[in-house]
Amino acid sequence: MIENLMPRLDAKIPEGPLNEKWANYKQNMKLVNPANRRKFDIIIVGSGLAGASAAATLGEMGYNVKCFCFQDSPRRAHSIAAQGGINAAKNYKNDGDSVHRLFYDTIKGGDFRSREANVHRLAEVSVNIIDQCVAQGVPFAREYGGLLDNRSFGGAQVSRTFYARGQTGQQLLLGAYSSLNRQIDAGQVEMFPRSEMLDLVVVDGVAKGIIVRDLVTGEITRHSAHATLLATGGYGNNWYLSTYARGSNATAIWRAHRRGALMANPCYAQIHPTCIPVSGEYQSKLTLMSESLRNDGRVWVPKDRDVAAKLRKKEMHPSQVAEDDRDYYLERKYPSFGNLAPRDISSRAAKEACDDGRGVAPTGLGVYLDFADAINRLGKDTIAERYGNLFDMYHEITGESAYETPMMIFPAIHYTMGGLWVDYNLMSNVPGLFALGEANFSDHGANRLGASALMQGLADGYFVIPYTLGNYIGGEKPEKVSTDAPEFDQVEKEVNDRNEKLISINGKKTVNTFHRELGKILWDYCGMARDKAGLQKAIELIPQLREEFWNDVNVPGDSNDLNQSLERAGRVADFLELGELIARDALGREESCGGHFRSEYQTEDGEAVRNDDEFGYVAAWQWNNGDEAILHKEELEYEEVKMSTRSYK
Amino acid sequence: MDKLLLIFQSSLGRKFIMGITGTALVAFIVIHMIGNLQIFLGPDALNGYAKLLKAKAELLWAFRLGLLGMIGLHLWAAISLAIENRKARPKRYDKEGTIQASYASRTMVMSGLIVISFAIFHILHFTAQVTHPKYHEMKTMYKGEEVHDVYQMVVAGFSNPWISGFYILSVGLLCIHMSHGVSSMFQSLGIMNRNTEPVFKLGAKGLSAVVFLGMAAVPVSVLVGLVGFE
Amino acid sequence: MNIQLKVWRETPGKVEGHFETYEANDLSKDMSFLEMLDTVNEHLTEEGKEPIAFDHDCREGICGMCSSVINGVPHGPDRGVATCQVYMRNFEDGETITVEPFRAKPFPIVRDLVVDRTAFDRIQQAGGYVSVNTGAAPDANALPIAKKDADNAFDAAACIGCGACVAVCKNASAMLFTAAKVSHLSHLPQGQAEKNRRVIRMVQTMDNEGFGNCTNQYECEAACPKQISVQHIARMNRDYAMALLTEAAEV
Ligand SMILES: Cc1cc2nc3c(=O)[nH]c(=O)nc-3n(C[C@H](O)[C@H](O)[C@H](O)COP(=O)(O)OP(=O)(O)OC[C@H]3O[C@@H](n4cnc5c(N)ncnc54)[C@H](O)[C@@H]3O)c2cc1C
Ligand code: HEM
Ligand code: HEM
Ligand code: SF4
Ligand code: F3S
Ligand code: FES
Repeated sequence: MIENLMPRLDAKIPEGPLNEKWANYKQNMKLVNPANRRKFDIIIVGSGLAGASAAATLGEMGYNVKCFCFQDSPRRAHSIAAQGGINAAKNYKNDGDSVHRLFYDTIKGGDFRSREANVHRLAEVSVNIIDQCVAQGVPFAREYGGLLDNRSFGGAQVSRTFYARGQTGQQLLLGAYSSLNRQIDAGQVEMFPRSEMLDLVVVDGVAKGIIVRDLVTGEITRHSAHATLLATGGYGNNWYLSTYARGSNATAIWRAHRRGALMANPCYAQIHPTCIPVSGEYQSKLTLMSESLRNDGRVWVPKDRDVAAKLRKKEMHPSQVAEDDRDYYLERKYPSFGNLAPRDISSRAAKEACDDGRGVAPTGLGVYLDFADAINRLGKDTIAERYGNLFDMYHEITGESAYETPMMIFPAIHYTMGGLWVDYNLMSNVPGLFALGEANFSDHGANRLGASALMQGLADGYFVIPYTLGNYIGGEKPEKVSTDAPEFDQVEKEVNDRNEKLISINGKKTVNTFHRELGKILWDYCGMARDKAGLQKAIELIPQLREEFWNDVNVPGDSNDLNQSLERAGRVADFLELGELIARDALGREESCGGHFRSEYQTEDGEAVRNDDEFGYVAAWQWNNGDEAILHKEELEYEEVKMSTRSYK
Repeated sequence: MDKLLLIFQSSLGRKFIMGITGTALVAFIVIHMIGNLQIFLGPDALNGYAKLLKAKAELLWAFRLGLLGMIGLHLWAAISLAIENRKARPKRYDKEGTIQASYASRTMVMSGLIVISFAIFHILHFTAQVTHPKYHEMKTMYKGEEVHDVYQMVVAGFSNPWISGFYILSVGLLCIHMSHGVSSMFQSLGIMNRNTEPVFKLGAKGLSAVVFLGMAAVPVSVLVGLVGFE
Repeated sequence: MNIQLKVWRETPGKVEGHFETYEANDLSKDMSFLEMLDTVNEHLTEEGKEPIAFDHDCREGICGMCSSVINGVPHGPDRGVATCQVYMRNFEDGETITVEPFRAKPFPIVRDLVVDRTAFDRIQQAGGYVSVNTGAAPDANALPIAKKDADNAFDAAACIGCGACVAVCKNASAMLFTAAKVSHLSHLPQGQAEKNRRVIRMVQTMDNEGFGNCTNQYECEAACPKQISVQHIARMNRDYAMALLTEAAEV
């Protein structure tokens, strides 16, 4: 049956010149009469920026919306944690920004692996996002004159990032959440918190609904709809340790994948260079420190391994390392960008230093970010003014004062560019199934620029899906979709069986142990730098671990209660499958691009080498009932920009 | 109109009632204290003042009714809110910590109820004089008229150290109540802000201290013999 | 370090609430409090017992999911942090740490340390928004807002909806949370059109949910991980009074 859905991948990009495509699309799309909209049921899984904004907007338009999230409140979706800011081509600074420039920066930042038309549309609607958010009461930073303030962010030469202190994500999400609340109050949206989608129901090749577990009572329910939107976020937790919220998971997209939706570019993951290093085995998450620290901090490790060993054991204070014995490796390798080299480059350089035995954190995995020079130059007060909050946060977590001892940092998994394959309409290859926000693969290519994920999530939810969904619904009949179809019976039964199976294994190892082991495999072999042998090893190890999991996992309790072990077990089971696909995708992509760095494909001085001729495509994988996934390629055609080599030397 | 009913129904509305009645009660206490302090000016001053207060029966009763109304509303609001507060936490913490709430703020109902009990005794004692009927017979001449000798009554009353002690204690509790209440009412009525907060907080403590000194001065002075009969 | 964990266990309808005490040994001082709970849970699971249920997600103090009262104080001994930002170095070796769920009638216990805080969502639904449909917004800079107002609004908007203010308040009052929400929009010009309706409806919902009433004890601001000031409560009181007066005076 899955074969029938395939094979041609049509991105459905509208006709016309790039900057007119979206306008053309809107002019020619099908419409749904306002009076008819309430006859259409829409399921939205996820209440992050993408999900909440879509639910609110579709509710306003009159659709009958059901929205699901696994947290106890939609406000807690992982988007809440974003700190830095959101991009928009407002050009309020009059510094030469424009839709085209934002478009180009995003394409270039993505290392020429994203779809031009989607990215251009994103840049176009970016300006509306800021208007919308301000109207909702989002308290963006302002200047004394009362107008909005901007800052600049990595990968851009203009100031186009809007921010709200260090909690841009929370403020934007609260804005979307407030609009969502308004629709809940109006009866347009029904909200299901603490509810996890455990499977997708496809009837005759069309997505018809989902199976949901109430996380409090354990009850399994069916929900049908004319369209199902997945806005379930990224899958960075596949690596176990990441900057993601603990609950972030791939279950929704992975279950959809197993029902026929293609998974695109799963190996593209972004690693953030400035996170607080791991302190021990028990570590559960990694905390991001704003990249702005690199404006004044200098990154170094000792030149000598023995010195590093002493520093690790705290037999020596970093200030005792003479200037000549220090290796300021970013300044050395990238003289013009220095400590501000892009995320992927600085991350890899840190890994290399640590692999070389010169890491300085007790675990060996950490490098210094030293403010001593900046403090000497600018004074402690200035530094405290600029980074006080971050230094406090660092102190809270590590117990150390970065005013006295250099900060220690290490890269961590931060964002996944891959996700469900979608066309220009944000619809997957399964009709009726859409993916929004980080859950889809669409806009960031092989690498995402800072402050662009929030933009994409809100663009998808506020300004893209209301049109593209209408275009789809316009061709659908309003008859209620029944939940009585045998497919619903079947999928519900499979969900129940799986839960019962997980509980009945009664093995010896905890879910967390498996997750940690999986994460280690991926981090070691499919992390910052990958190579063929390592990836093959991962592809060998992961199925073994999966096998062991299904024979030896210990999930206590039962399925008709709040059972956090069971929740996690289901998610880890899916990670164990997706993890293999990530490695397979990375293995197949024999080039280095963006967040995907293959050691075999680099220049002499360690720069990534892309191969546009052979790999200028989106790798869209089809589930093959557990056998090796089938690759479909969407060739990327660049009409507007020329693929060129990124250089930050 | 139904919006106005919210003053009696909603939590915030009843807090306004507490604040407004509290303000009135504080005003009464302050005036009462000033009145009481006339005892230091000698019997004539106090007795004259007492007579003045009772010159017009209608006014006196209007005032008394008003006062009673204030106390009634204050009490009703306090108790109805307190009952809800109890219900809002059916199970208490095993280990209960307090971070910064003042002692006064945590004992408002207690201090309030004791103060009201005191007030009842106090009225029976000095106003109705049921506890000491012989106070009734204390008369003196003021500007050629026979009037009730309040001065003598107060001196007689406070000559009993137990009674004096009880008064001082109760006045202390009242002032604890006010030390929180007076700043609290600004918060409840929405007058507090970043700039006024320290003023109100300090002001509340200051006023309470003044009231305590002013009120306690009478029984103390009687006890130590500063006030009495020449 | 070693500690003893005295923790509340309850499965409504199945296991009545009670304390259980577990030993947690060989902990690192650099562990977070939640990582300590993770470790205890791993051991419990291995021993064939059910792990302690507790809420958490972001583990960096922003989602507001983590809760629990640690040694009598919501979010533990440190000020200005959420439970997930508490580290074991805040405790003594050998100490007994008492951990209880947030307790308030409108926050019924779901299991162990997990409580149901959807009452907060309902308060929000009653008016914590500006009614502006997507696409209907004017240019963002068409409406300058004094930096002071924007900053004040932000201070209120920083609330993470954790519920610690309710948990710590001796009256289980939700004033700080509700006030933060009201005050955020009340400081902004966008929030003016619906100001009266918003405050009246949100307070009504807060009351109906069964929260207690504020007696201005200011515990909430001390326990609040975002240190939201009780000045916002005063502001809500003022807004409410004005709302009652103006609405009542309406023709
Ligand atoms: C620490 C950190 C800082 C960041 N800072 C920035 C920044 O400054 N700028 C920027 O642009 N980006 C930033 N990002 C990235 C950005 O925050 C995310 O990519 C983006 O918020 C994702 O939004 P989303 O709506 O797609 O998904 P999410 O916000 O992750 O929401 C997922 C939703 O799906 C629900 N869900 C998931 N699975 C299921 C299921 N099976 N059943 C039911 N519900 C489910 C969840 O409950 C949740 O509501 C940051 C990310 C991190 C980790
Ligand atoms: C120690 C200090 C006090 C002294 C010396 C004092 C004295 C008096 C006297 C002499 C009267 C009677 C006046 C008269 O009938 O002619 C009186 C009445 C009264 N006092 Fe006090 N009092 C004191 C404290 C208080 C306090 C603390 C309260 C409030 C809690 C209070 C509340 C009242 C009331 C309500 C009346 C009745 C007024 C009326 O006639 O309606 N007094 N007081
Ligand atoms: C003469 C006596 C009294 C005076 C002068 C007085 C004064 C005040 C004041 C000014 C307040 C602050 C109101 C606010 O918060 O807005 C207050 C609050 C309060 N009073 Fe009284 N009161 C008196 C008697 C009582 C009595 C008899 C009770 C009985 C229960 C009581 C109980 C309370 C309570 C519970 C509060 C609430 C505290 C708070 O909201 O902060 N009071 N009082
Ligand atoms: S006001 Fe503070 S304590 Fe209360 S919910 Fe908000 S963040 Fe938590
Ligand atoms: S602690 Fe409670 S009493 Fe009021 S000021 Fe805070 S809500
Ligand atoms: S887990 Fe998110 S605030 Fe603590």
